[in-house]
Amino acid sequence: MEKVLTKNIVPGNGARGIDDYEKTGGYSAYRKAVCELTPADIVKLVTDSGLKGRGGAGFPTGAKWSLTMPIEKSARPRYFVCNFDEMEPGTFKDRFLVENDPHQLIEGLAIASYACRMDVAFLFIRGEYVQAAKILAKALEEARNKGLIGKNVFGKGWDFEMHIHTSAGRYMCGEETGLLNSLEGGRANPRSKPHYPGTSGVWGKPTVVNNVETLCCVPHIVENGAEWFKSLGKAKDSGTKIYGASGKVNKPGAFELPMGSTLREVIFEQAGGMQQGYSFRAALPGGASTQFMDESLLDVPLEFESMKEIKHFFGTGVAVVLDDKTCPVGMCHNLLAFFARESCGWCTPCREGLPWLRNVLLRLERGLGEPGDIDALLVDQARLLGPNTYCALALGAVQPLLSAIELFRADFEAHIDLKKCPYKQGIG
Amino acid sequence: MLSDIERQRIDELLLHLPTKRAACIEAMKIVQEESGWISDQVLDDLAKYLEMTSAELDSVATFYNLIHRKPVGKHVIRICDSVSCWLMGEELLMDYLCQKLGIEPGQTTHDGMFTLLPIVCLGHCEQAPAMMLDDTIIGNLTPGKIDKILMEAAGTS
Repeated sequence: MEKVLTKNIVPGNGARGIDDYEKTGGYSAYRKAVCELTPADIVKLVTDSGLKGRGGAGFPTGAKWSLTMPIEKSARPRYFVCNFDEMEPGTFKDRFLVENDPHQLIEGLAIASYACRMDVAFLFIRGEYVQAAKILAKALEEARNKGLIGKNVFGKGWDFEMHIHTSAGRYMCGEETGLLNSLEGGRANPRSKPHYPGTSGVWGKPTVVNNVETLCCVPHIVENGAEWFKSLGKAKDSGTKIYGASGKVNKPGAFELPMGSTLREVIFEQAGGMQQGYSFRAALPGGASTQFMDESLLDVPLEFESMKEIKHFFGTGVAVVLDDKTCPVGMCHNLLAFFARESCGWCTPCREGLPWLRNVLLRLERGLGEPGDIDALLVDQARLLGPNTYCALALGAVQPLLSAIELFRADFEAHIDLKKCPYKQGIG
Repeated sequence: MLSDIERQRIDELLLHLPTKRAACIEAMKIVQEESGWISDQVLDDLAKYLEMTSAELDSVATFYNLIHRKPVGKHVIRICDSVSCWLMGEELLMDYLCQKLGIEPGQTTHDGMFTLLPIVCLGHCEQAPAMMLDDTIIGNLTPGKIDKILMEAAGTS
C-alpha cells in the first residue's frame, strides 16, 4: 500500500534534516503553492480532497478554512495555530510524525497559513514533549535560514512568521478554544461558541486551529491533487491515517494505513496480535474518548463516516486494547480518573459529575458497590452527554463507560455480587 | 528579583507576542528552572514584570501540571498513570517506587533528591509503562530499569 506521511520515515534514524527533506521533494509543494496557486485554489483543493481533522473531531478541513473571515474585512494579524497538544490517553501519532519528519509539519503549516492568508503561525506543543519541541525548534531555524519563513518568501511578496509555544501540561489545551486561552496566557477554559475562532480567535483575531496530522497531509494534497488523496481511502473517507495500538499487543506502535482500515488490521496484522497468554476482549479505537469495540466490530472501517453509522466516535485512530486478564471496571475507573482530574472546572456538570462517576467506579472496583450503582452510573452519565457544557470533554469522558456497561455488564455485576474485583489486577 | 538571564529570555518571548501576559506560561517555566518551583516572591516578581497581578499569575500557575508552587526535590519523577501505562502495570511500578524511595506520590525524599508525582498520559503509549525524569521521558520501565535510573540520577546530581 502507498505510504504518504511516513514514506521517508525510518524509525530509529531520528529527525530528518532539511537537506534530506528537500532531497525527497520536500518544500516543493510549498513552492508550488506560493508561486503557482492562489490561496483560494488551495482552499478549494483541500475542500475537494475531503480531508477531515485528524485531531479526533473529523471536521472537514476545507470547510474550516472557508469559514475564516475574509481578509478584506479582517483585523490583523491573523493567526494559524497548529495543535500539537497531543494528550488524549493512548495517542502518540503526532509525536511520531514530528519526531521523525518535522519539516513535513512545518511545510503543511506554511501552506495552510498561505491558503488562509494568515500572518503568524504558532506551533502549540504540549509541555511534556520536550524532545519534539527541540526537534521542531531546530527545523524551524533551518527553514527560516533558507528563507522559507519570513519576508517575501520565494520573492512573491508573501510575508509570514512562525513561532513555537511550549505549554505546561493540561488536557484542556487540546480543546480548540481552551488552547487559544492558554496561548493568551490564561487557564485553558473553553470559550462559548459562537463566535468561532475563524471570526474571533486568539487575541480576538481570525484564527484557524488544525491538528498536526491534518497539516502533514496538506503538502501531499497540493503536490498530488484532490482526486489522488480521495483514492487513498479504502472506504468513505479520504487519505491515509496514522493508526496505532497500545496495551498487551506484540508490537505496539504507530502505523500508516489507508483511511478506513479496520481494528483487525491494526491490532492483529500491524501490531502483531495479542501477547502470549492474553486474548483480545475489546479496544478503544481512538483514544480514551471513544467507545469500546468488541470482536463483533473488528471489521468496521475505522474512519469518521463509517464509525458515525454505528454511533461511535472515531477519535484519534490510535487504539487502546483491553485484554481478557484486565478488569474492564478498573479500566473505566482509570479513564474516568483521568477525565475528572483534567476537567478544567469551568462547567459544573463536568467538574462535579466526573468525580462522582469516578468515585462510584472506585467503590465497585474495591468490592463496596451496591445493587443500584450500575443504574446510578447510567443516569449520571446521561446528564454528561450534553449539551450542558461549553466543550466536549465530558461527552468524551463518558463514551468508554457508556459502552462498557453495555458490553461488560456481567463484570460490573460480579463486582457487586462477589464484593471484590474478580480479576487479579485490581486497584487497592 | 529576576536574574538578567531570566529577563533576557522572557524579553525574547515578548518579541513575537502581542501582550506581555501571553508569555506567562513559558516565563514561569523559565523562572522555575532555578529551584524547580515558584515561590511567592518569584511569583510576585514575575507578575510585576509581565504587568499582571500576583493573583492572576497564580491562577494560571495553579492550573498547569508542570508548574510547581511548592518545593520539589533535585529530580522530579513523573509516573504516567493513564490508561495504556495502567494496562501495562503502572500500579505495580508506582508501588515499587514508593517503597524504594520511602515516600508516597506527591512527596519528596528526606535527602531532597527525588519528588514522586503521578502524571497523565505522556504520549509514549507504545513504550508503556513510561515516566518522565525531569525533562526526559523513559519508557518500557521495569523495576530493574528504575533501580538503574535512580542510581544514575542520584550519582550525577
